[in-house]
Amino acid sequence: MSTAALPVRPVGIVGSETGFDRVLLTVGAWLLALIWVLPLAFAVWAAFHPPLFAARFDLTAPVTLDNFTRAMEAAPFARYMLNTFILVTMTLAGQLVLCTLAAYAFARLEFRGREVLFFLVLIQLMITPDVLLVENYRIISRMGLLDTILAIGLPYMASAFGIFLLRQTFKTVPKELDDAARLEGCSLVGILWRVYVPLARPMYVAYGLVSVSFHWNNFLWPLIVTSSVETRPVTVGLQVFASVDQGIDWSVISAATLITSAPLLIGFLLFQRQFVQSFMRAGIK
Amino acid sequence: MPLDRRILAQVYAWLLVLPAMALLILFTHYPTIATLIDSFYSTPRGRRPQVFVGLDHYQRMFFEDPVFMQVLWNNFLYALVTIPLSIGIALVMALWMNERLLGRPFLRMAYFTPTVLPMVAAANIWLFFYTPGFGLLNQILSLFGIGDVNFLGSRETVLWSVMAVSIWKEAGFFMIFYLAALQSIPPSLKEAAKLEGASDWYYVRRVVLPLLAPTTLFVLVNAVIGAFRVVDHIVAMTGGGPNNASALLLFYIYETGFRFWDTGYAAALTVVLLAILVTVSVLQVTVLDRRIHYR
Repeated sequence: MSTAALPVRPVGIVGSETGFDRVLLTVGAWLLALIWVLPLAFAVWAAFHPPLFAARFDLTAPVTLDNFTRAMEAAPFARYMLNTFILVTMTLAGQLVLCTLAAYAFARLEFRGREVLFFLVLIQLMITPDVLLVENYRIISRMGLLDTILAIGLPYMASAFGIFLLRQTFKTVPKELDDAARLEGCSLVGILWRVYVPLARPMYVAYGLVSVSFHWNNFLWPLIVTSSVETRPVTVGLQVFASVDQGIDWSVISAATLITSAPLLIGFLLFQRQFVQSFMRAGIK
Repeated sequence: MPLDRRILAQVYAWLLVLPAMALLILFTHYPTIATLIDSFYSTPRGRRPQVFVGLDHYQRMFFEDPVFMQVLWNNFLYALVTIPLSIGIALVMALWMNERLLGRPFLRMAYFTPTVLPMVAAANIWLFFYTPGFGLLNQILSLFGIGDVNFLGSRETVLWSVMAVSIWKEAGFFMIFYLAALQSIPPSLKEAAKLEGASDWYYVRRVVLPLLAPTTLFVLVNAVIGAFRVVDHIVAMTGGGPNNASALLLFYIYETGFRFWDTGYAAALTVVLLAILVTVSVLQVTVLDRRIHYR
């Protein structure tokens, strides 16, 4: 039984460490991986080669950045990118503040109506703001916020998901730390800032990554509430560009597609492990 | 604690949840109720004000609007196909990743990258991939002697083509949850199964899959909600066409509300969508959760 107690290296689920079935598994895994990268690889190929070679796979085809410059000239992608950047930062900042305050109250304070309020929060996990397009458009328009970046982010700032995650994490913080800080004369904000936030840091990182990628990629809601270059995020910009301005110049569209995805993609390629772990952490709680 | 201190503590707690609560009420609870109410009223047009029409919208929806029925059917088919396939593929991916095969970093990148892309970007990539004539897929098919297929242009193929995009994008996302669960299974279980002479397949079926049940539930609920919530690719790739063959429920709501400006009818359609989402959540909490914790 000693082998069971002391696995020398992590054992997989199927197959032995060597042998025929392992080769078979590897071939299968690689085959699927190749199929999975194919559409993206095709787009990369088209983006980096002259339009003539967009769909012709000639290894001697000249590599060029022309499509990128043409895309940047044809549409204000730099501005779109700035809009998305503002949107994502603003939304995340709002979420972090609002969710931290609410999560602390739900995790550590006794107050009347706590259960009911928490239930009301959880409702947003199933009914997300983007499902209520028509009414939320009306509300935003009544607030006079149509065609602003704030309008895109505001409905998401009180995030049930964030409150839930942080509440779970805050609950694992030893109560003694809280009490000790209080005895030292720490204010509530001080306790949050010095005790809870540092201890919940991995969760903040995880939530931050999930939130940033969600709002970077969000499309339908921003499509509805924005109508000008100054407010459109990249996703909407790309759609406007691809459907109206370009006809069927696939090289330029592919380049534009890569431009819009580049920051997240590069971030992901550099920090693969953190990305995967963050998505995991945020999903499992 | 003296009374005023206790009241103060209450006020404090309420103040902390107030900002979040206010926004939640404004953008989730209030619009939900407003949608319900609006679904019983006509759409105000020009000088004609909103009037109470009772169940008119619902009657139109279920008895007079073939598009709605088509869209509902599309969406259920879409869910029925994409959910099991993306979950199944995710599970296989996770099992492979867990094996520490050759080139693991490449595999992880290949499986997970689509998840990071914006859906609109993915849609544009696939639009190109599907292009009749010189699109990569048609080039590959022609190698096998299959003639040109207009994937997005014909009623028979369009919904399936859109499904493929969704599976491609979701599988990697679900994979990571399975991977996390797999990594928490103690290796001793595998050793024990081996000692008992259990085959790999038997081990997967009788030990691994049951242990993954809670993960599957989590992923399943996410997948169902996603299948009714994400229509970015429909907007970008097909516009619901040809002839509504690829329109999903939320896309139809979007069209009704923002292209035809028929907000009353859009509200009634939204109620159907809300009913589906609520049903899924209630099922999760009551039936599925209990059955899985029973294990």
